Amino acid sequence: MSVLLNKNSKVIVQGFTGTEGSFHASQMIEYGTQVVGGVTPGKGGSTHLDRPVFNTVADAVKDSGANVSIIFVPPAFAADAIMESAEAGIELIVCITEGIPVQDMVKVKNYLQGKSSRLIGPNCPGVITADEAKVGIMPGFIFKKGRIGIVSKSGTLTYEAADQVVKAGLGISTAIGIGGDPIIGTTTKEAVELFMNDDETDGIIMIGEIGGGMEAEAARWIKDNGKKPVVGFIAGQTAPPGRRMGHAGAIIGGAEDTAAAKMKILSECGVHVVASPADIGKTMAEVLK
Amino acid sequence: MNLHEYQAKELIKKYGVPVQEGYASSTVHEAEEAYRNIKSQTQNNFAVVKAQIHAGGRGKGKIKGTEQRGVAVGKSLEEVATIAGNILGGTLVTIQTGEAGKKVNKVLIAQDVYYPGPNPTKEFYLSILLDRAKGQNVIMYSTEGGMDIEEVAHKTPDKIFKEWVHPSGGLLPFQARKIAFNFGLKGEAFKNCVKFVTNLYNAYVGLDCSMLEINPLFKTSDDKIIAVDCKMNLDDNALMRHPDIEALRDLAEEDPTEVEAGKYNLNFVKLDGNVGCMVNGAGLAMATMDMIKLSGGNPANFLDVGGTANAQTVEAGFRIIMKDPNVKAILINIFGGIVRCDRVAAGVIDAYKNLGNINIPIIVRLQGTNAEEAKKLIDESGLKVQSAILLSEAADLVKKAVA
Repeated sequence: MSVLLNKNSKVIVQGFTGTEGSFHASQMIEYGTQVVGGVTPGKGGSTHLDRPVFNTVADAVKDSGANVSIIFVPPAFAADAIMESAEAGIELIVCITEGIPVQDMVKVKNYLQGKSSRLIGPNCPGVITADEAKVGIMPGFIFKKGRIGIVSKSGTLTYEAADQVVKAGLGISTAIGIGGDPIIGTTTKEAVELFMNDDETDGIIMIGEIGGGMEAEAARWIKDNGKKPVVGFIAGQTAPPGRRMGHAGAIIGGAEDTAAAKMKILSECGVHVVASPADIGKTMAEVLK
Repeated sequence: MNLHEYQAKELIKKYGVPVQEGYASSTVHEAEEAYRNIKSQTQNNFAVVKAQIHAGGRGKGKIKGTEQRGVAVGKSLEEVATIAGNILGGTLVTIQTGEAGKKVNKVLIAQDVYYPGPNPTKEFYLSILLDRAKGQNVIMYSTEGGMDIEEVAHKTPDKIFKEWVHPSGGLLPFQARKIAFNFGLKGEAFKNCVKFVTNLYNAYVGLDCSMLEINPLFKTSDDKIIAVDCKMNLDDNALMRHPDIEALRDLAEEDPTEVEAGKYNLNFVKLDGNVGCMVNGAGLAMATMDMIKLSGGNPANFLDVGGTANAQTVEAGFRIIMKDPNVKAILINIFGGIVRCDRVAAGVIDAYKNLGNINIPIIVRLQGTNAEEAKKLIDESGLKVQSAILLSEAADLVKKAVA
């Protein structure tokens, strides 16, 4: 069983007919993802990319049996799109949108409590299970099939890690971009847990950054429950405190969310921490020997 | 986005939060006018002159080259005018500004809150911020007002209280009462505090703040509760729904290079190292900075060029980085996914040619779609640009450049 996604996943695209939605939906279809339709309020009943367009997520679920949704809706409306998806019973909601107000995400996080939906993101590159399905904006060809799981807060750094893994003679089972916002759906720990329980994954790469306590939480969980090697990298060792480094969540707030503090906790919990981003793939190959 | 004290106070006042009254002034003349107004309203000869900069520690900070503090009490029109004259146009150095300090363009002439009355005055601390782990807003407060809260948290953590606000119900009346009880307030002061906290929380949510700090939160001798200082940080992502607040942005408080980068939609943060960098993606940009450090250099900046690394953005990036005379080399690190590397390479070559004389080594690392073609383009361009495909190769080139 793969993590989160496989070739049977039925995907709808929210913000289907917009520029971003159209472009990435085509790319996902080309990769082999089962895109069964999309949602654009007011355009229901029409066809886009040879697939049906629905007014609501509920209609899309009823007609197409979709269980996964990917969101390309602008920031002001994205929180609503996530909640609509959850209400319609979508199992996996992947929100790509960057720039959602934090207070909107406070509402979303609360709304999702007690619902069965899992949210990935926002402000993330999405999820890809190599050779099966891509629900995201990542370049699919980099992710050659293999048995390494990647969880990361960053987009291009995920591609970098995947590329290094492949060049080291390994491959990717699933890569999960969890997003760089202060409040996100699936945490580092939850993603690591999925990989620990996945029989198609032998090793895990965990990429974090300054800000927040998710990496430390994941590391403590690994210490108690880890049964597969984890290689960790924390971006932002040279970032100054109090400044936002691109991602809304990448800001050092205190002594505990610096890269150095996180790297120390990861090491103490048995994670193989690399200081240089150039050593991620190499180190994974070494620890698997 | 950060706001000045006087701007933040205006905003929370609209939510019914009482503040220490005052008038922002850009000249000594305006300061005198403000003093007259304050005096006629309060019937008090005393007024406080407060330098308006985006940094804390103003009361202890001094204007460069003088003994003038950034916050000072004037006991007469003449004194207020002198203090305002000392501060306006000067450079205030505080524990938070660093040695360079910050130029003061405005002072706030504010009422003296220590006026005599039937009861003793008291100072408290209160801030509202986001608890990332819980995904909820939290009110943090302490009886130790007017002090550096991080020091209080460190030395006497038992004097810091926290009240989490559940998103479905908002701040509930019993929570506001609990805060007022923990402050030890009674009677009118208690009632005023409950109202203050409730309205302040509404302001925090309504204005989309990411942090709102009142230090000190002040109980006057006649049992009013007022905000004597107000530090407000707004969620940049939410500014789209507050155009009126966005208009309050003071560009003079920001690094001019960062302001310029913003015009090109480049995400830029100025640092003080010697190797400039230009990267697509925030995480990879931070990782590239770390790699520069490990190669013996120091990053001169954070720069995320985003998803479209074309000739225009690369050229703008070059220009912005090269404004810094400390930069000894520039590393461009692009992982081409959807963006093709050969296109990026062509952009780099065009930008390089447009700029003419670049006297420092440029290292270009392009990986991903069409990386080999990109490297060939760069190598055959005849420009003094070194190319790499692997991140480790780029690290080695940086090492050589800074050696």
